[in-house]
Amino acid sequence: MEIKGRVWKYGSDVDTDAIIPARYLNTSDPEELARHCMEDADPAFPAGFRAGDIFVAGKNFGCGSSREHAPIAIKAAGVSCVIARTFARIFYRNAFNIGLPIFESPEAAEDIHEGDEVLVDVDSGVINNLTTGKTYRFAPVPPFMQQIIAAGGLINYVANKLDVRSEK
Amino acid sequence: MPMTITEKILAAHAGREKVEPGELINARVDLVLGNDITAPVAIKEFEKIGAPGVFDRERVALVPDHFVPNKDIKSAEQSKQLREFAREHNLVNYFEVGVSGIEHCLLPEQGLVGPGDLVIGADSHTCTYGALGAFSTGVGSTDLAAAMALGETWLKVPESIKFIFDGELQPWVGGKDLILHIIGDIGVDGALYQAMEFAGPAIEKLSMDGRFSMCNMAIEAGGKNGIIAPDEITRAYVEGRCKRPYKFYKSDPDARYARVYRYDASQIEPQVAFPHLPENSRPVREAGHVEIDQSVIGSCTNGRMEDLREAANILKGRQVHKNVRLIVLPGTQEIYLQALREGLIEILVKAGAAVSTPTCGPCLGGHMGILAKGERCIATTNRNFVGRMGHTESEVYLSNPAVAAASAILGRIAGPWEVL
Ligand code: SF4
Repeated sequence: MEIKGRVWKYGSDVDTDAIIPARYLNTSDPEELARHCMEDADPAFPAGFRAGDIFVAGKNFGCGSSREHAPIAIKAAGVSCVIARTFARIFYRNAFNIGLPIFESPEAAEDIHEGDEVLVDVDSGVINNLTTGKTYRFAPVPPFMQQIIAAGGLINYVANKLDVRSEK
Repeated sequence: MPMTITEKILAAHAGREKVEPGELINARVDLVLGNDITAPVAIKEFEKIGAPGVFDRERVALVPDHFVPNKDIKSAEQSKQLREFAREHNLVNYFEVGVSGIEHCLLPEQGLVGPGDLVIGADSHTCTYGALGAFSTGVGSTDLAAAMALGETWLKVPESIKFIFDGELQPWVGGKDLILHIIGDIGVDGALYQAMEFAGPAIEKLSMDGRFSMCNMAIEAGGKNGIIAPDEITRAYVEGRCKRPYKFYKSDPDARYARVYRYDASQIEPQVAFPHLPENSRPVREAGHVEIDQSVIGSCTNGRMEDLREAANILKGRQVHKNVRLIVLPGTQEIYLQALREGLIEILVKAGAAVSTPTCGPCLGGHMGILAKGERCIATTNRNFVGRMGHTESEVYLSNPAVAAASAILGRIAGPWEVL
């Protein structure tokens, strides 16, 4: 699997309130959440965004509450993946579970700039910065984790798995 | 290859010879847990999966404990969802009001978690069971839904940090003080993603209840799990209690740790964590004059037998200060009954304590002792975030039960040595 997109660059400790402000948590409708994604943290984002864009951030991305609304908002907005130095633990789980691809790469997080074009080769664990020609590695995602992402999230993945079991 | 206790348990549940920190694994779970806040969301997701049923009706535990006995209509509706799901799936481990308690006190007590187990729960304090030498961690509601269907979950193998306590504990110092001391030292994200392994002579002598308090608060340092190698103290607790076979694991002597901390337990005094973060801990002796309006003794951190005994020991023949409400919440019905048998409840009531049925209650600002604007509370709970127990301008100070009891008597934050 390959992911290609243009980069929005953020700093460290982007919290779940910045990703989706608490005042919008009275809905769990992905479309509604997507409209307010990053609205407080980066007012330029909702207007300047193109589907397929990529987030690159510093350490501890998604810290704060355990709300699944945060990765849902990012995914529904059309962000193709998030690359960060590190992710907060529960955000990390939730992102995989709802089918948002995320990658930890300190080098990429450091070196990639706002507006760069980036190509992520998920299978080989390589991030190509198409703008500068540099490459960075991340720990490849194991096959079963790729299946979760490919299935569109944990619930679909589990449903598929159960179907296969019952057909046996 | 040498491994830590956490790595060994994860490897065993992933069907692997070895695992390494940073790897993502798919692991079998021995038990999954949800409560009256997180399970309703999980049940909705579970239904989307279209699974024929839960993976094992003996291994899904549902514990309504946060807002029970139901404090309002909304919480009653949530509990009802759990009850109906439990009936529909014929769950063995649904715990109704009257036989229940706070999930993290209840599950070990009922023998549902044993050494070597892998447990996930949709509650951040699921890390408590590491006290038994199990791997246990908190997850989201979608994780719970998937695990209820499959009996497995995905996990990232954490690096381990070792915390070694040499020397002897001082009087009035317990597991709560050790963990508050650690969090004060490393900060609320000091163990992010990582396993916190507690070891050393002082831990080997620590009671089971003290160990539960310590592992309970691993999450307050950002940890994935807290864990203590099982020993004879663990064995005495689980023997005749555990419903399933269990296995003792321990770290290899040359296992790899991200960091190792060494403390001299004899230098650690009873702690109090000031608002609004658990890392703001300091010795009670250095607290200064802090008057309080309420004292709460209970929660999944300190609502166990030893905690009630410690509190009653201090309150026996004494009176709660006229400006203070003392609220005591035994962790489970079993603990409540045992406290009755030992005469502790009578001591507490005579001293002027309000003794409640087991519930999370005020710990998360639910009910049974919410704070008004400007009020201060000392509590044996685990979080003192802004507004955690009520008004955003109220304050929570965290301590062990002996300090909370002494403070209730003197009307200000105080050490037990000041009243005895
Ligand atoms: S007692 Fe407090 S911390 Fe423990 S489970 Fe209940 S609300 Fe959470």
